[in-house]
Amino acid sequence: MLLGFLAVTAIAIVRLHNLFAVVMLGGIYSLISAGIFVELDAVDVAFTEAAVGAGISTIVLLGTLALTKETETTPKKIKPMPFLVVLVTGSALIYGTFDMPVLGDPTAPVHQHVAPRYIEASGREVGVPNIVTSVLASYRGYDTLGEVTVIFTAGIGVLMLLGGRRPRKAGEKAEAAKKKPARGAGGKSP
Amino acid sequence: MFSVTMLGILVTMALAFARALMGPTVYDRILAVNTFGTMTILLVAVFGFLTDRPDFLDIALLYALINFIGTIAVLKFFEYRDLGHPGQQNADEEG
Repeated sequence: MLLGFLAVTAIAIVRLHNLFAVVMLGGIYSLISAGIFVELDAVDVAFTEAAVGAGISTIVLLGTLALTKETETTPKKIKPMPFLVVLVTGSALIYGTFDMPVLGDPTAPVHQHVAPRYIEASGREVGVPNIVTSVLASYRGYDTLGEVTVIFTAGIGVLMLLGGRRPRKAGEKAEAAKKKPARGAGGKSP
Repeated sequence: MFSVTMLGILVTMALAFARALMGPTVYDRILAVNTFGTMTILLVAVFGFLTDRPDFLDIALLYALINFIGTIAVLKFFEYRDLGHPGQQNADEEG
């Protein structure tokens, strides 16, 4: 049912030309996928999807809309070559899914590699009750460290972009405030 | 009991979804998205009870917060055509 909603939303997004409606439908799309993730028992993924997809990206897209036009200009002719490429890629991907194990299959390769060891030994080796936490913080510690470094760098970059302008603005205002009385005094004295 | 509730929520979702798709005016769509968000919150909560995990309620609460902020941002955009607009009061004071 939810997947059907998802498909209809995607088609509607492609068909609509009013970009405001498209942004709204994008929010709905994220909410539907969040619902699907919850039903697949991936609550953390669902939460990220709802926060980023429905919350932040809707707002960011609206901010973009404020800077551009609200209706889409589309070329009316359908170009055959890109359509063909998309068709071939899509069918190749669907063909690839036939080899995948069934959802929730306990004999799937992903559940046979290191997961049993994590489940059996993580309590003894790491001592954290939550297995996911022990995997992230200990078994894949370097990986997590790299991720944190990337996010930290991105945060610094954003702070520099946002905060770089503020002191100058305050300085300009202070200069302007200084100039005003100075100019007035200059006008009176001669 | 919870299954019936779930079904009702799904039907409401379908109705709100139809309004978002057809919606002649922008306000229809905004309201439909807001309703859809509320329905997602209820869906998550009911799903938690359906699978005997009431701790899903916390997640549903956080969804509610996000939904609220999103709706406010959308309405502010629609009122002022600009997300960085200072709002009515400040604009009057400056002008």
